[in-house]
Amino acid sequence: MFLFAKLGCDSMIPACPLASLPRGEALRIEADPPIAVFHTEDGEIYAIDDTCTHQDASLADGWLEGCEIECPLHASRFDLRTGEVDAPPAKRPVRTHRVVVENDVVFVVPSDAPPNLPPGVTVKGQA
Amino acid sequence: MRIVCVVGASLAGLLTARALRAQGYDGRLVLVGAETHRPYDRPPLSKDFLKGALDEADLALEADDEDLGAEWRLGVAAVGLDAAARRVRLSDGTEVEADGIVIATGASARRLPGMDDLAGVHTLRTLDDARSLRHDLASAKRMVVIGGGFIGTEVAATACDLGLEVTLVEAGKTPLAGVVGAQMAEAIAALHERRGVRLLRGARVAELTGEERVDGVRLTDGTLLPADVVVAGIGAAPNIAWLHGSGLRLGDGVLCDGGGRAIHDEDGGEIGDAAPGIVAVGDCAAWFDPALGRYDRCEHWTAARRRAAVAAETLLSGGAARPARQRPAYIWSDQFDVKIQFVGHARHADTVVVEEGNPADHSFLAVYRQGERPVAVLGVNQVRLFSRWRRQLETAAV
Repeated sequence: MFLFAKLGCDSMIPACPLASLPRGEALRIEADPPIAVFHTEDGEIYAIDDTCTHQDASLADGWLEGCEIECPLHASRFDLRTGEVDAPPAKRPVRTHRVVVENDVVFVVPSDAPPNLPPGVTVKGQA
Repeated sequence: MRIVCVVGASLAGLLTARALRAQGYDGRLVLVGAETHRPYDRPPLSKDFLKGALDEADLALEADDEDLGAEWRLGVAAVGLDAAARRVRLSDGTEVEADGIVIATGASARRLPGMDDLAGVHTLRTLDDARSLRHDLASAKRMVVIGGGFIGTEVAATACDLGLEVTLVEAGKTPLAGVVGAQMAEAIAALHERRGVRLLRGARVAELTGEERVDGVRLTDGTLLPADVVVAGIGAAPNIAWLHGSGLRLGDGVLCDGGGRAIHDEDGGEIGDAAPGIVAVGDCAAWFDPALGRYDRCEHWTAARRRAAVAAETLLSGGAARPARQRPAYIWSDQFDVKIQFVGHARHADTVVVEEGNPADHSFLAVYRQGERPVAVLGVNQVRLFSRWRRQLETAAV
């Protein structure tokens, strides 16, 4: 409960029960903008913005390898730990979010940083 | 190695320069580019850029804070090479002598006879091409696209979305059949026809009509197609004319071994006779592919990216690097609201089966097999499933 108190319950988005996200799988949360949660083969859980920074594509549909997710459209790879991108066509990092696992439930703590959305994609609140 | 000259400042040149730095090269780096622009991404030129959904800044390949520590020579073309001396001659009369040379001069769009004398007839390869076409589209009503390859089908789709009346002239039976095979190409042709593109199959162009400005395209059967703007998407030829007499072996591109080393032209020039300190990458380079048993010039974006790191390693190791295993090319295209993805070689297949969705709905996945073995996969608006298949094909044992 300490973590909840420290972070504030309002800022945590419940993603899913840990048991429903097997290793190697991803989950898309319909936040605004959407968030992707990954469970790596090594057992780590990471959350990043789901939208590729190059073009509107869902990274949760991509190819997870180690701590990297490859965009399903044009194969730029993002490091799940830092958000950094390896090669074009994407050139900006994807925003990362903190993950908290409490009582076998995965929560995402959304970042305060501005997202790096691709051209033509906006947060719904701000057209 | 203290001086490396990269000739060509588009995707392949930039990524090879970047790979050299990433692999520890800290000497002088000179990047020569015939165009005046910083490196930009070409795939959007026929799609979102042409449509007006992206602007020029969005096309930049470099990150805002990126600094390669390179000397940029933009707006200057390479006009000659002495391979033995590793000396590049430039269009401004200067020369660059280097320990390592990366040839990445790309390819140029093939042109139609007579098009140079008529306004309103375009090819689409460069940013300047796209600017000029975008300008013409703003006032045009009728467009004729000649050639049903990727450029042709993408431009046809974009122009159709912009409200133009579009006719697509395809010499063969079906656009894109050479890539995705005749059967699946029909599904993409049907998409174009359903969205309003008039598709002419087996049609050949006799001439462009008009004084000063084009007003139509005449086919060999006498049909006249009125047009305010014409786009020729009839392929590209490697930019290697500047290498004649250089000492390098040329064919359909700069012939290279499996690691990207350019082949020397002396004594017949076979594999093993690599010119020291010279590699070639991107659309101008034909690397030897042991699986195909021939030199393969691959124009795909993903191949340029993959080969850049290999070429850098080859150059820095003096050719000791082991050639990377060839992987099947991955190709994507956006047409209308449809994402087309393809990996593998359709011509190796003896069967093709739709395993998900329905071609009539423009959402399906087809698997091409040789016997039991998958050799290619086509995804149409099936991004998630296609990723799984692409992974399987790319990691499968050859």
